[in-house]
Amino acid sequence: MKKELGIFTLLLVLCGVTAVMNPRFLSVTNLTNMANIIGLYGVFSLGLGMVIITGGIDLSVGSMFALAGVLLSMALTEWHWPWPLAAAFVIAIPMLLGWAHGSLVTRMKIQPFIVTLCGLLLYRGLARYIAGDGTKGLGNAEGFETFASLAKGKFFGLPAPFVILIVLSVIMWFVLHRSVYGRYLLAVGRNEDAARFSGINTRFVIGTSYVLMGLLTGVAGILFAFYTNSISPSNHGNFFELYGIAAAVLGGCSLRGGEGSVIGILIGTALLQVLQNLVNLLGIPSSLNFAVMGAVVLFGVLADQFFQNRAAKKLVRH
Amino acid sequence: MRGIAKRFPGVIALDDVSLDVGKGEVVALCGENGAGKSTLMKILGGVYQPDGGEILVDGQPVKINNVTDAMKLGIAFIHQELNVLDNLDVAANVFLGREPLLGPFKLINSKKIHADTEPYLKRLGLNISSRTRLDKLSLAQQQMVEIAKALSLNARIIIMDEPTSSLTLTETERLLELVRELSESGVTVIYISHRLGEIEHCADRVVVLRDGKNAGQLNHDEIAHDRIVSLMVGREIKSFYVESNAAQTPGYLQVRNARSNRYPEKMVSFDAARGEILGFAGLVGAGRSEIAKAVVGLDARGGGEVSLGGQKLAINSARDAIAQGIYLVPEDRRGEGLVTGMTVRENVTLPSLARFTSLFMIRRDRERTTADEQIKSLNIKTPGCETAVVNLSGGNQQKVVLGKWLSMSPKVMILDEPTRGIDVGAKAEIYRIMRALAENGAVILMISSDMEEVLHVSDRVAVMHEGQITGVLDRADCTEENIMQLAVGKKIASAKPAFAN
Repeated sequence: MKKELGIFTLLLVLCGVTAVMNPRFLSVTNLTNMANIIGLYGVFSLGLGMVIITGGIDLSVGSMFALAGVLLSMALTEWHWPWPLAAAFVIAIPMLLGWAHGSLVTRMKIQPFIVTLCGLLLYRGLARYIAGDGTKGLGNAEGFETFASLAKGKFFGLPAPFVILIVLSVIMWFVLHRSVYGRYLLAVGRNEDAARFSGINTRFVIGTSYVLMGLLTGVAGILFAFYTNSISPSNHGNFFELYGIAAAVLGGCSLRGGEGSVIGILIGTALLQVLQNLVNLLGIPSSLNFAVMGAVVLFGVLADQFFQNRAAKKLVRH
Repeated sequence: MRGIAKRFPGVIALDDVSLDVGKGEVVALCGENGAGKSTLMKILGGVYQPDGGEILVDGQPVKINNVTDAMKLGIAFIHQELNVLDNLDVAANVFLGREPLLGPFKLINSKKIHADTEPYLKRLGLNISSRTRLDKLSLAQQQMVEIAKALSLNARIIIMDEPTSSLTLTETERLLELVRELSESGVTVIYISHRLGEIEHCADRVVVLRDGKNAGQLNHDEIAHDRIVSLMVGREIKSFYVESNAAQTPGYLQVRNARSNRYPEKMVSFDAARGEILGFAGLVGAGRSEIAKAVVGLDARGGGEVSLGGQKLAINSARDAIAQGIYLVPEDRRGEGLVTGMTVRENVTLPSLARFTSLFMIRRDRERTTADEQIKSLNIKTPGCETAVVNLSGGNQQKVVLGKWLSMSPKVMILDEPTRGIDVGAKAEIYRIMRALAENGAVILMISSDMEEVLHVSDRVAVMHEGQITGVLDRADCTEENIMQLAVGKKIASAKPAFAN
């Protein structure tokens, strides 16, 4: 809980500073926009967080977005599938790929970094090939207006992705912090041997975390496709895995596994998006965008390390 | 070495131990587990600093502060677990840290390093290229590379800690031959081994340690199996064994043809009674822990057939064993027994979480009740059930491991070195818990390398030697001498078979 408190303070401070220096930060348009984007990024960051908690990693998210986007566009505008079928299809594909990642990690004992790095290259290439390396689009959503309004409309005056993120977060909170499966995720991430000695099916737990990741990637992929409305397979979703990893780490997930919380991941995601917004609103050259983000993540992790060391020393003295 | 003393927190490992070795002599160092052999050698090798006594080399007192000092004096230590880098080639291993350099950029002189390595390999009769990667070599060959390294350091004294424990018969013979050759060329070899046959074969002198003291020595013509064993044991152990009056059902647990991956060609079968504590004694490396893991399904290929109360069980994973009430308290508490970053509550409930759920949600209040029960009944000293296990002492950590299984009414409980590194008070409590469990009708298997513990706690003792049970001793025959005889692989008359058909 303390961990989240630290980063939450940082988030509030950044919001405060930006609001004071440019009151437009608090305008309804800006806040709505930001909520929308936080929704988009939050959904897959949650999934990435679960994988990171088991001690794994998934680098293939961005490429899966490209693949999902291309397939969604083609299913809806070229093959004219009914939208529920198209949605199910576009969510099922990343889940299937996630299952494959999980199996390679648990059965073949290949490192998650390698497995998903290959995924990153493979799915990007596939997406470009399937799309004939051309840009695909969703047009005016003719024939699937309901779907479009679900993905980019508003609920209770809030952008749909944000509402979806809230709903998924509540579910994921129960899964991670209250269910047996969530406890197993944390146990396996901390000490796989001890978990196995306690009779936990560690392969199943780790493997399904990648499937869960696939599910959330599929949902986020649909939201993001509707957000951009046109999908250029060579750069759609580029670097998204890194945003997700950064959010999870800022939010207190340890890349060694066994640590992390849903609240932390949400705050981490929000912090990254507020930073982007801050760069825009404060007139910082947008070319510095990445540099600012990198610096803040580094600072956050350093601060966390500092406080942990201090806590450890305190413990020894007692 | 004169009057060497070494204390570790809570134990005196060495007390006034002396050891003299002559040039070119082969000295075997013997003793039970924990007699202080390795500690003494680690002091000579510079790994530990003695708390008292002095070391003289060529009559000159020397101070060995670290491994480098030992190397400078010509003392090389070949550990049981080899210290080789198996991703590098032979030459790189032999000259690690002393690579011959070349040119202004100080690059490794690859020609010279290989040329310099060859003569050592030749001297050891090792028919391999200096360019072979170590992971392409057998264990015996890797060991030879370590010896080559020792020779390249101009070692005058080579210490070998159980060098033959993982070698095949022919490899062992070759190594012993080499030991003789080394001694003929003036190198002293100190040889720690449990294999008395080898010692009879190749040692000039045997020095025996017992409980961190010199127990005596035997010169070449006096070396005999029985004399070594009687020096190794010889101490008075007052037994605190209390006759158990639990009703016993013999043959309740039957294990047939279990195998360990350490000795895959050897089968282990045994029976244990309901209500008894069956001790598993043996020297370190006899394969006891591996068998335990096989029985609880952690080594899928080795489990053999397990039946409980006449019913055959299908055990293919730890889950299967746990479902049948067969639990293991592993030797490595922190690595395998506990998720140390988690709280006492989370550890206690981990194997049986499903019991604590309603509507798929874990009920923490129920978890807390169970954890608090265990804390109370096992007298676990912790601020509360929400304390991370990592903050508890070793004894209390072990009680948490016990607690997680006790909350699930064990039928068979296997405890591997249950009191290692635990203080005396907590030990007594753990023994009490084990006895109470047995009296409640569980089968307790206790693996222990602590002779006192074996004699104090077990109702019967099964003794293992190199992957097999050499015999089972009834309570009346449980003496240190008998156990040691069986542990070094000798058959004795009072030993019973491990199972009845």
